[in-house]
Amino acid sequence: MAKAKSNLSRGKLITLGVIVLLVVLAVFFVQDWHQLWTISSAPDNVPIVAMLFLVPFFTWLGIKQSRANDRLIEQLEEDPKLAKTHHRKAEPWRPGWAREIHVWPYLVRIEFLAAVIVTVVLFVWSITLNAPLEEPANPNLTMNPSKAPWYFLGLQEMLVYFDPWIAGVVMPSIIMVGLMVFPYVDSNPLGNGYYTLKQRRFAVGMFAWGFLMWILLIVIGTFIRGPGWIWFWPGQTWDHNAVVFDKNVDLHDWIATSRIGKALHLGFVSANPWKFIFGLIVVSSFYILGALFFHWLMTVDFKKLSLRPLRLFPQDAFEQKLLARTSLLQYLTFQFFAVSVLLAMPVKLLLRLALTIKYVWVTPWFNI
Amino acid sequence: MDEKPDQKETKQLTGDEKASAGLLEKVKEGGTALKQRAIDEAKTYKDVQDTQLWKSIFRVSHDRSDPRNRSLAVLSNVFLHLHPAKINRDAVRYQYTWGMGGITFYLFIVLTFTGVLLMFYYHPTKVDAFRDILYLEHDVPFGKLLRNMHRWAAHLMVITTWLHMFRVVLTGSYKRPREFNWGVGVVLLVLTLLLSFTGYLLPDDQLGFWAVTVGTNMARATPMLGSEGPFGIQLGMTQYNDVRFGLLGGSIVDSNALLRSYIWHCIGIPLVASIFMAVHFWRIRKDGGISGPAPVMLESEMKAVKKK
Repeated sequence: MAKAKSNLSRGKLITLGVIVLLVVLAVFFVQDWHQLWTISSAPDNVPIVAMLFLVPFFTWLGIKQSRANDRLIEQLEEDPKLAKTHHRKAEPWRPGWAREIHVWPYLVRIEFLAAVIVTVVLFVWSITLNAPLEEPANPNLTMNPSKAPWYFLGLQEMLVYFDPWIAGVVMPSIIMVGLMVFPYVDSNPLGNGYYTLKQRRFAVGMFAWGFLMWILLIVIGTFIRGPGWIWFWPGQTWDHNAVVFDKNVDLHDWIATSRIGKALHLGFVSANPWKFIFGLIVVSSFYILGALFFHWLMTVDFKKLSLRPLRLFPQDAFEQKLLARTSLLQYLTFQFFAVSVLLAMPVKLLLRLALTIKYVWVTPWFNI
Repeated sequence: MDEKPDQKETKQLTGDEKASAGLLEKVKEGGTALKQRAIDEAKTYKDVQDTQLWKSIFRVSHDRSDPRNRSLAVLSNVFLHLHPAKINRDAVRYQYTWGMGGITFYLFIVLTFTGVLLMFYYHPTKVDAFRDILYLEHDVPFGKLLRNMHRWAAHLMVITTWLHMFRVVLTGSYKRPREFNWGVGVVLLVLTLLLSFTGYLLPDDQLGFWAVTVGTNMARATPMLGSEGPFGIQLGMTQYNDVRFGLLGGSIVDSNALLRSYIWHCIGIPLVASIFMAVHFWRIRKDGGISGPAPVMLESEMKAVKKK
């Protein structure tokens, strides 16, 4: 119980810290509250503002129940006798209670209530907030910024980092197929039908990574991208005359013209056919390194991980067991989707935003 | 029933005068008897559930304490029959379920309802579309509310779909035997997004026009099928025959795009989505109902993988 208490207070501390940090950031860095308000109060942006609260809330709700189950699992693993007699749920149970209840009325009434509440919410929302209607469509007058509906802003934001055929066609397809194969590559039989983090650390982590990245891209697209799709920090005034000179360079040029590149006489990577070969090597090594990274993440025991004494690859026994259950096909399929989406997306984002790199692989047919 | 005394009256009037006094008595008597009968009958109607009309609609009594009737209430009702008669006592805990899947379906119903009403006032043509929205907002009774509800229910549906998926992942509910249903769900997610997107163009305003322009411009870059995508030119793609042309019914977002968008939005995608929903709900039942809250499994109980 003592441990549970300390966990709880830690969680509260973190929440408090984040709120304080946000307030401090807002007070010091928001120059234009009106701009921030204009963006957040745009009727079509209300859902994503709501998501900023809903996602943390439901994440918290999930983690809370996972913690409760994880404590129970720990307790039962230590006490096999109890494991045999325990009802094995964090939900209360007393002998004599019926295991099953009637759908009518116990479930139907909840559904009815939910429908009533949703209807009321919709009515209130619809009475207080009007659906946007702009000027009639005019092909001669480009909207600036010209934004897709909020749930597609993740895709639109991806256009900054990848060519349209990747951002608009390949990535969405890979994400869809990736979601569909998710159950088939997850070979872990535990955690079926109950919240847990302890038993499904990697699977939940990977999904949360993808989901949060998606939300983050939408938030960037909604709150940060202004006219000309230029980066304006929240609270910065949207300057419609702002011009950003495109200084982006391709990776091979960046290397060839860098000081180290010049010293090593690497100028040739900018010329054909080395350009092509160089890019191929970069992309292939990205896949190999990415796969190694995910493998490490999959199997590492975070508790034993330390820098002094140097222990970077301690293996987690349970995760090792899970890996042994995974077939080669499952493993490779997972690695493909993980590296292609979960890793490629943030890596390209950082390359573009921090190092102003445009393409890593330039070919006559396509650029990545 | 009350015709009899009348008939007698007309008969007697033509006959004896003396008989008329007795007749009045008879009519009065008949009247009180009829009144009493009506009162008695009305008393039996006090219990609505006892009437023939009620019993013909609801085949079973909704006696709250009778377990058999509780089961039949669900099993004999077409709207409820997707439910089992009984479920695990913990399966109704909304802290576990979040209810997002059900809410998503309810929102689909709300959207169908408001959408059909909106269709009465909307012409998918370049001349009328925008004016129809103005008409809806300013002249149609509750038109503004109708449009707002359709808009916000659509946005809410995207949110609830995502949260539903989030819950399914956190509880591992996509695992065996529900892998296939998760795939069906992913298709439904895509259809939800497409429904929302095709609806975006319909007001024919700047917002929708440019959102769809940006969206469909990406289709230009489809590998092999787009005029500006990798290997597109090599395969003879131009902006007049590529996949974007097929989506828009033209090379620009214009009247054909509006019509296509309208038909996909109102008929095509809802039809496909309904089929997938039917499969989705059917499979929930066939895969054993809601996944949990299930009893926790322990690491030591993991069975070895079967080798073929």
